[in-house]
Amino acid sequence: MTVTTAGVLFILSLVVALVAVHKPFGDHMFRVVSGQRHSRVERGIYRLVGVDPAAEQTWGVYARSVLAFSAVSVLFLYGFMRVQNHLWLSLGFDPVMTHGAWNTAVSFVTNTNWQWYSGESTMGHLVQMAGLAVQNFVSAAVGIAVAVALVRGFARRRTGDLGNFWVDLTRITLRILLPISVLGALALMIGGAVQNLSAGTEITTLTGGSQTITGGPVASQEVIKELGTNGGGFYNVNSAHPFENPTRWTNWLETFLILLIPFSLPRVFGRMVGQNRQGYAIAAVMAILATASITLTNVFELTGNGTVPQAVGAALEGKEVRFDVSNSATFAAATTLTSTGAVNSFHDSYTALGGGMLLLNMMFGEVAPGGVGAGLYGLLVLAVITVFVAGLMVGRTPEYIGKKIGSREIKLASLYFLVTPALVLIGTAAAFATGNNSTALNVGPHGLSEVLYAFTSASNNNGSAFAGITVNAPWWNTALGICMLLGRFLPIIFVLALAGSLARQQPVPASEGTLPTHRPLFVGMVVGVTVILVALTFLPALALGPLAEGL
Amino acid sequence: MRLPTWLAQHLAALRALLVFTVLLGLAYPLALVAAGRIPGLADKADGSLVSAGGQTVGSALIGQSFTDADGNPVPRYFQSRPSAAGDGYDPTATAASNLGPESVVDTIATDPEESTLSLLTQVCERSKAVGELNGVDGRRPYCTTDGVGAVLAVFRRDGLTGPVTRVVSVNQVAPAAPFLARYEGMPVELAQPGEDYVAAGGLVTPIRGDAPAEPAVPADAVTASGSGLDPHISPAYAEIQVERVARERRADPAAVRRLVDSHTTGRSLGFMGEPGVNVLELNLALDRQFPAR
Repeated sequence: MTVTTAGVLFILSLVVALVAVHKPFGDHMFRVVSGQRHSRVERGIYRLVGVDPAAEQTWGVYARSVLAFSAVSVLFLYGFMRVQNHLWLSLGFDPVMTHGAWNTAVSFVTNTNWQWYSGESTMGHLVQMAGLAVQNFVSAAVGIAVAVALVRGFARRRTGDLGNFWVDLTRITLRILLPISVLGALALMIGGAVQNLSAGTEITTLTGGSQTITGGPVASQEVIKELGTNGGGFYNVNSAHPFENPTRWTNWLETFLILLIPFSLPRVFGRMVGQNRQGYAIAAVMAILATASITLTNVFELTGNGTVPQAVGAALEGKEVRFDVSNSATFAAATTLTSTGAVNSFHDSYTALGGGMLLLNMMFGEVAPGGVGAGLYGLLVLAVITVFVAGLMVGRTPEYIGKKIGSREIKLASLYFLVTPALVLIGTAAAFATGNNSTALNVGPHGLSEVLYAFTSASNNNGSAFAGITVNAPWWNTALGICMLLGRFLPIIFVLALAGSLARQQPVPASEGTLPTHRPLFVGMVVGVTVILVALTFLPALALGPLAEGL
Repeated sequence: MRLPTWLAQHLAALRALLVFTVLLGLAYPLALVAAGRIPGLADKADGSLVSAGGQTVGSALIGQSFTDADGNPVPRYFQSRPSAAGDGYDPTATAASNLGPESVVDTIATDPEESTLSLLTQVCERSKAVGELNGVDGRRPYCTTDGVGAVLAVFRRDGLTGPVTRVVSVNQVAPAAPFLARYEGMPVELAQPGEDYVAAGGLVTPIRGDAPAEPAVPADAVTASGSGLDPHISPAYAEIQVERVARERRADPAAVRRLVDSHTTGRSLGFMGEPGVNVLELNLALDRQFPAR
């Protein structure tokens, strides 16, 4: 079998697996977020937290609950890292310095998992498992909860109620994320991922050198890192590390876990609004963009243009033998199309156009299929913008799933869309204006790509990196922290406000003039709107970076 | 006493966080650590450690350098890929090189300590060294025969256009001989340490040369992995090392080749990933079957 055939089969097998599970798994998620019965454990949690699970929240209360939970999480995580030297399993590491702790606290709470540090030399095991990995779960649950609240806005009528954040958080964590994590972690352990509390084993190598075989609760963190589209690696080299991603099949499994929830959520949307075909239309948009991107990334990497790849004979710098070029490219596309940011190969050493493709994936705002929850609400906002654009073309009041898209709705959708480009472009400009771009490892267009990638990754809550840039500095840690915070919570506020105003409406019955939003025409339009909006926003920046380098 | 709403909300948030920290941050990972004690799983959960003569000598999943104290390859062992992790294969400092596809110009400072090599020159250097160690042709496209990136800075009269006024081979300094005598009629100069020819307006022009398109030294032998800990090499890289290792151990090359085959892992299910040879396990097996005399 040729390299290309094997690479294509790898992608096809992922597609088949996702098609097979999205329905039963999506139905399971639907039952989780719409069920009314609470298990004994859940009732115990509600009592400990002190909330009434039957109480419904308006969008404002829901948003304030999200923000309160996230604010407390940031503070807790910050404090945790600052005192880690006094705690169990600190491995003798110093407390994390202020700007670094701020950056990492924000990074994990916002589901970004951008990492300025090397896990193996900065974070003790306790901070990793009881601090960072907890956020891997709950930040993912927050994303799904917000998406579900938006869908309730479409599904409900003449009400202010959007559900209860604490109930959503608890049920999503306990019934969706935790069970899959346990099974997935066991599978990864069978593959060879480590799961222990060892501080490291000092050994003497065959030729008399010394090596420290590191330990840690890796498998338990690895699985939720992928499933929750978080991406923060236990070790510096993330999923390229043999202890995080030991074999060829664990690599397949991790790629699958990254895509599982994002591609199953459209099913939840379809079920909740009572029209499965609306979910399929959304899934189709995601699938079209994802397939195109994964294919192009593979083509660029396997072609291997550029001086060094030509000299080497393959774009193999920064890639593992067991994954080789194609499976690395597929993983890289999956991780940037979602908001994961885990890497099994190093994007900085990708071909110019391959790396540019990864940058573009994030610039799409991570809607194909996007992060858990964030992808669905991002794409629904784009669908709202699309019906508005379509409404302008034919001169009718735009409506989506029976809800009118009036001036308040389109304002919120537009604000949502504008947040990340503003953060990315202002941040990149600020880095150059203040001379902080000088920490980039590479010069010329590739140096610009490194800075642009950093801000794109942070603002879109992706967390992957063109890792050549040195970001462990007060300016970078602070600036990227601000981008992550605003890039996560401003959109969430806009989405919940949108949900609130949709839920208040009485649905309008579909008429002759209603644009059907489940047909290929609409799917094509959403794809078009997404591509055009992103292209108009980012093309000038891309032209100076990857395009200048690759053409 | 009734708390103001905003405070009650933050109190609920704090309680929720603490509950989840206990559940997801302690109970979940520690239960899995306990599950990792199950016989059969324990070896893997502990890092797949391998031993020789009663001593733990490494992990089957983590690559090693098979070099002497000076960093020179020990010829009786199969050699791993280049590594950017610390001084090479250091699991406490895992890293990739992060150098880009157009990293082709070395920084040659007057103080050699401050010089940095471009990715292209690193590739060329490794290719030459691996070729010499294994007695195969180490030439590659875009590499000079002395093992640096074959890159010119071409100065033109009008900047980007016009006749060539000056040509410098940017990665070569005296006493090397320029890899190309003339370029568009102009003699090619050697670089002077401390000069930045790109900033001075020279156009970076890599020269393909006449090396074979498929070099004898495989791609994985000249590139650093993402983790810096890659335990595998490609079967092709193992193949060019077979004769050397067999000679050093006075073994039959065919027998060494069989050993390589038995330490080669193919694709999972026939289509996931690419085949690789586990270097540490192969070298351990060699030590057992063909101890060096």
